[in-house]
Amino acid sequence: MASKFLLVAQREYLTRVRKKAFIVLTLAVPLLLAAFGFVIVKVASSDNDTTDVVEVRDDSGLNLTGRLANSSQLLFMPATGTLAEAKKGFQKAKHDGLLYLPAGLDVDNPVGVQFYGKGNISLKKQVAVQGALNKAFSELKMQKSGLSQEQLDRLRSKVELQTISLDETGKEANSNALATSAISYVLAILIYFFIFIYGVQIMRGVGEEKSSRIMEVMLSSVKPFDLMMGKIVGIAAVGLTQFLLWGLLSAGVSSVVIPFLTGKDKPKTEMAATTAAPGAATTAANGEPQTAEGKLDQGISQQAADMNPAAKVLGTLSNLPLGTILFGFIAYFLGGYLLYGALFGAVGAAVDDQTDTQQFMFPITLPLILSYVVGLSVILRNPDGPVAFWMSMIPFTSPIAMVIRLPFGVPMWQLALSIALLILGFIGTVWVAARIYRVGVLMYGKKVTYKELGKWMFYKG
Amino acid sequence: MKPILEAIDVRKAYAAHVALSGVSLAIPEGSIFGLLGPNGAGKTSLIRIITQITGADEGEIRFRGERLRPEHAAQIGYLPEERGLYKKMKVGEQLLYLAQLRGLTKPDATQRIKQWIARFELKDWVNKNVEDLSKGMQQKVQFIATVMHQPSLIILDEPFSGFDPINANLIKDEILELRKQGATIIFSTHRMESVEELCDNIALINRSRKVLDGPVGLIRDQFKTNTYAVEGKGKLIVVHPDFEVVEQTERENGHFYARVQLHAGVRPNDLLRYLIANVEIESFREQIPSINEIFIRRVRETMPESLVEETV
Repeated sequence: MASKFLLVAQREYLTRVRKKAFIVLTLAVPLLLAAFGFVIVKVASSDNDTTDVVEVRDDSGLNLTGRLANSSQLLFMPATGTLAEAKKGFQKAKHDGLLYLPAGLDVDNPVGVQFYGKGNISLKKQVAVQGALNKAFSELKMQKSGLSQEQLDRLRSKVELQTISLDETGKEANSNALATSAISYVLAILIYFFIFIYGVQIMRGVGEEKSSRIMEVMLSSVKPFDLMMGKIVGIAAVGLTQFLLWGLLSAGVSSVVIPFLTGKDKPKTEMAATTAAPGAATTAANGEPQTAEGKLDQGISQQAADMNPAAKVLGTLSNLPLGTILFGFIAYFLGGYLLYGALFGAVGAAVDDQTDTQQFMFPITLPLILSYVVGLSVILRNPDGPVAFWMSMIPFTSPIAMVIRLPFGVPMWQLALSIALLILGFIGTVWVAARIYRVGVLMYGKKVTYKELGKWMFYKG
Repeated sequence: MKPILEAIDVRKAYAAHVALSGVSLAIPEGSIFGLLGPNGAGKTSLIRIITQITGADEGEIRFRGERLRPEHAAQIGYLPEERGLYKKMKVGEQLLYLAQLRGLTKPDATQRIKQWIARFELKDWVNKNVEDLSKGMQQKVQFIATVMHQPSLIILDEPFSGFDPINANLIKDEILELRKQGATIIFSTHRMESVEELCDNIALINRSRKVLDGPVGLIRDQFKTNTYAVEGKGKLIVVHPDFEVVEQTERENGHFYARVQLHAGVRPNDLLRYLIANVEIESFREQIPSINEIFIRRVRETMPESLVEETV
């Protein structure tokens, strides 16, 4: 019987993988992703690169213009003419703003400073200008209290905050909330789309078998359970093949694109360095913790010295519980797919017409969409909260909820319990689905209701 | 001959209705067996139990004396009424797939597919998708799929519905050939006249019950009414001690058609002698009841009149 199941799975796999649509999609997606990534990086970097030119009309007599510090975001320059002239002038000169410091400005209580800009002035710009002003005023006050320019220069400091997460064992790791969230996000999206796309394929496949009236022929030589599971597993293999190819192709494409974007080979060497460091730390953990820590510190300081954000993200990546994430991802990916795949298969078997699927699709997709939406908002914000906990325990929501939590670290007992529940969950749904399937595939011309589905559960073989 | 398949008091009920209420059958090996009855009588339910698509609520099916097991599926070929193929699959691959599912090894299956394809003149279509085939060609493919694993029991549900006359004849010849090679064939149909001449044995099923079964010849003899159709020239007298003229119609130029029922103990030769003496005979033939007529009579005998109208 096992051989028949394999035959079914093999057919499902081969007929799909050989389709033109599959090949086109497999080749096109990595290219699209690369193009997409390229555009995002370009847009993001060009946004950072723009420097707003702000004209300053200083009537205060405090000589603040020179004190406003230029930065990568703001460039201050004195305005020409009166305020009225300057108002027109900065627009003509295509400058981005005009800062007006009125006469009689009190250093201790500076009121009445105005900023003119074009259109809506962004919060970012406002904060930057305010920051520059605050700094200028505090320097002015310090100078008034007797500090020399030299002393002031020495007081200026630029602090870069480096966040490090500390776990119970005292192991340090670079923590970057943004990068960790990004990983959660990507994992959740992957599972969500995989379940959806390939779940619907199962449903369609069953529907096609039903409408082409081949079911009865098939069932005279294959058990309905084997037929259903063969389909589910075969389609899963199609999906995994596609994802694997996407991964490989994307890696290939991005290995060409990333150096091109950053303009140098640095990220590659950085990655090599940072992944090597924690690796050494774990291997040496028992023997010589001292040297291990030394190496780790070296790794971190090396990153801190480097300002490349890509390298930082990669550094964070290497410090996450990658083994657990990978294991968990595969477990939830497969478990979730099996659980939902069986239900999608049952829907395909229950209805005659693809247009009738809606009423049964809704209750199936609801928990999936819910876990996706709640997951990417509530759980991502508070990965250890009660919502996160319960949603990562319920088998219908855990595939997405738990993978969102994984990069933030999940206690082992929760992971084990959740996976156990998921296994029970998919055994349950497969059982239910197989019963609906068995009756449904031979049922034609009947509009099926939930009540009817309930009855099917208890039909004898 | 020993039965290849026996059904013993098989019962099956669905939520709303009873499909089979205690049906027992024995299908002799090497015969063509007609499973006859109107739509909804329970034929397909019985077949689905034999093909193990569903199970019986009660009763037992025996295949060559053994209780039916999943392994027996390889020895059964089934062409359902709802027959289809994977539309997007190539003909050759599809046949290979179905053959392997029925337990053939790949080389064996490939070999047999080649033979059947040549026999049914489908060579140019092996690498075409099923959806590109005409309906008639799809039917040929379906038939090949049913018999290519050389099953000893072949079940054909409404085999001639949907088949065009040329294919129907082709299939008929193939069926006779398969029987010659030792296969047993079950025909299931509500169009009794379509399989009458093919069947060795029949069972009539009506409203979930078997109403009649046995060898076709025997059943016909059993339902014979000793009635003869006579055509000739002249005039038959209506009252005679040996026979009764049930019906007589006058035709032009003094010809007539009559149905004559002999009384018990009177032989047809006695009637002939009388006819030769009195009229000019053009044709003389015994009225043999068709299976359809037998079915209707049998149903009348076993059911209240009001239900008969519904059934027939």
